[in-house]
Amino acid sequence: MDKVLQMNNIMKIYPNGVVAVEDVTFELEKGEIHALLGENGAGKSTLMKILFGIEYPEQGQIILNGVETKMKSSQDAIKKGIGMVHQHFMLVPSLTVAENIVLGVEPKNNAFIDMQKAIEISKNLSDKYNFDIDVTLRVQELPVGIKQKVEILKALYRGADILILDEPTAVLTPQETEELFVQLNKLKADGHTIIFISHKLDEIKAICDRATVMRNGKSKGTYNVDDISTSEMSRLMVGRDVVLTFDKKPLNLKQTVLKVRNLSVAGSTGIKRVDDISFDLKEGEILGIAGVEGNGQSHLIDALTGLTKKFIGEINIFDEDVKKHSIKEIRELGLAHIPEDRMTLGCAKNMNILDNMFSNQYDRPEFSGKFMLKTKKIEQRANELIKEYLVKCKSFKQNVGMLSGGNIQKVVVAREFSTNPKIIIANQPTRGIDVGAASFIRQRIIEYRDAGCAIILISADLNEVFELSDRLAVMYKGKFSGVFNDVKNLTEEELGKYMLGIKKDDRLEGIMYEQ
Amino acid sequence: MILNALLSPEFLNATLRATTPILFATIASSIASKSGITNMALEGMMLFAALFGVIFSSAFNSAWLGLLMTMVIGGFIGFILAFFVLKLKTDEILAAIAINLIASGATVFILLIVSGDRGVSSSIQSIALPRITLPVIENIPYLGAVISNQNILTYLGLITVFIAHIFLYKTPLGLRIRAVGENKDAAESVGISSKKIQYIALIISGVLASMGGFFLSGGYMTYFTKDMSAGRGFIALAASSMGGNTPVGGFLVSLLFGAAQALANILQMGSTLPYEIIQMLPYITTLVGLGIYSYRLMKKNQKLNEK
Repeated sequence: MDKVLQMNNIMKIYPNGVVAVEDVTFELEKGEIHALLGENGAGKSTLMKILFGIEYPEQGQIILNGVETKMKSSQDAIKKGIGMVHQHFMLVPSLTVAENIVLGVEPKNNAFIDMQKAIEISKNLSDKYNFDIDVTLRVQELPVGIKQKVEILKALYRGADILILDEPTAVLTPQETEELFVQLNKLKADGHTIIFISHKLDEIKAICDRATVMRNGKSKGTYNVDDISTSEMSRLMVGRDVVLTFDKKPLNLKQTVLKVRNLSVAGSTGIKRVDDISFDLKEGEILGIAGVEGNGQSHLIDALTGLTKKFIGEINIFDEDVKKHSIKEIRELGLAHIPEDRMTLGCAKNMNILDNMFSNQYDRPEFSGKFMLKTKKIEQRANELIKEYLVKCKSFKQNVGMLSGGNIQKVVVAREFSTNPKIIIANQPTRGIDVGAASFIRQRIIEYRDAGCAIILISADLNEVFELSDRLAVMYKGKFSGVFNDVKNLTEEELGKYMLGIKKDDRLEGIMYEQ
Repeated sequence: MILNALLSPEFLNATLRATTPILFATIASSIASKSGITNMALEGMMLFAALFGVIFSSAFNSAWLGLLMTMVIGGFIGFILAFFVLKLKTDEILAAIAINLIASGATVFILLIVSGDRGVSSSIQSIALPRITLPVIENIPYLGAVISNQNILTYLGLITVFIAHIFLYKTPLGLRIRAVGENKDAAESVGISSKKIQYIALIISGVLASMGGFFLSGGYMTYFTKDMSAGRGFIALAASSMGGNTPVGGFLVSLLFGAAQALANILQMGSTLPYEIIQMLPYITTLVGLGIYSYRLMKKNQKLNEK
């Protein structure tokens, strides 16, 4: 077989010192569908951005059709026959399908666009691969599955030989996924080479020829899909490289503070992201939720914290119906939330540390009089918190955006924990921050648990969920696929199987909740 | 009685006349908006154009050369706005406000230097563009009286609606302007430089706005007076937005504002109402129009969400 692409010993280090891709070698054979497999943050997106000219590697070479080359920009990559279908579509909604396809390289008739020809070209392209799209419709009228096909056609129109599909099935219904697979096979038969980024093992089994597994920025090898079992893939993909341990007091469960029954949440595209989930949360425990990102964790949190009210089912905090209360009221019931993305939901980066620390409690009587804030008290408390949480800063007047990721996260945690919460929802509390800050935050979480707080911990970091959780639930396709009370004796391999949907437990009553 | 007056050919003729400056500015706004930038500097661009129109027409002793120079200056102001917004990353509204304030002061200053007068340019011998009668149409009853005998710029304005429509919807550049305005990332992803496109759109916008400004002092009137654009740039912004930022839609809405202006002009003569209240008419129409427009948009969005 011909090698159409070789990426040899690629190394990418981001300016903040994070090694995103470390000595990865990736090869494509002509006419194959090649899966690039790995958890979020494993480095597969970065590797593809390097191939598509969006990021530049520190080391390594790219050999395209036997010739060493550099991808200077995505334009350059497109010219060299590489097409990328992004997860977020790059389409102009009010333009027609044909207009979107030819945009930038329009067929011309004197000074005008030859619309007739544009439609003809688009239609021929669509027919050739059985896409069956009416190219005269406006993109905004199309369902997601068709929009994706338009993206593929766009790449083909620009002469793509190698197509990168970034988690193409994440937004599709099962029927649409099946259709996509038929068309991908057609493309393959036509000589195109496809890189299929995914973490869905069944899909990889169904359509891919070979798979390269990545973990923590490194390649774990390339395998023929027929020769490797799904559990083997999951073992390669999920795992800890270093094991951390924390001291915890023995479990001391008290009353149930959070009750969730038959909760379903729909995503923006109408697909059910959380599917009929029920569970209880008791004081004094940490309920860890593991799972590959995009399996409904964020939607579950949005519902629990009141960020969305568009859900069916019941969520009760201290027997209060969450749906009937504003976010502020929910917080006043004793809920604290460390959001997943500290820069969008966690802080206001252009405001100072003090303002950020008190944004959830500035109106409490100890900090606010009838008309004026009690500035002295607030400043005093801010200094205390900065000391307590070891926030490295010049003073509380510094803008939060100027701090390092770890210190920003400490500001967020300090704010959330300083209101004496009864329930803490920590979503990726240590993502992307330095080891010291991460370990400090984990320690605080354990302290609050020991003091009787009820905690939900969602994390992509296996060390974290393994070591902190008293109970560990796995989310897969919007449901809990497994729950483990005995986290100590659970292996990573076993957990990986649940995370990737190879294993599933159906009966969770009694473990997750009492009827 | 009133209806009769409103349907009289004289009134409709005056409406077309009053619409002309707003129309140019409305199309100017449409093209800028389609590229994703609100050109709030229309007002200042028109004011500069009104002054330079008089000065250059007189200097060259030709209204056409005067118009040409004014268009060049308008394009240049569009370029300056683009430079501040795209290169220096100034807020587009703040940059526009600056241009508008500068226009208000600088025009008086330049007028003072050139003519020695602070308010009116009557000492400058200006040349306006001609009014023309349309050969056949002139003789059609009613219609002839409405359409014929207008300033040549009025006809140019109507043609511009058509040209702008073709430009936006049938040419590659028009397609790219719309693509950039709607989804910059998508346009960039296929190799379109969004900055270049927005520069071009703002320059075109400046040229068009200056044609509207020129009409004020070289057609509507034959001299420049202080602040004579009188909010037409802002009215045009509203007209463009209510017309969905399309040239044809904007044209229809600008007719409405032109009618309000014409009505105010007529009512001023022989009315017992205070002058100031009548003068408010075009602006009140704008406010009411915007209100209705926003309300309908809200309803439409609600319906879409229910689906």
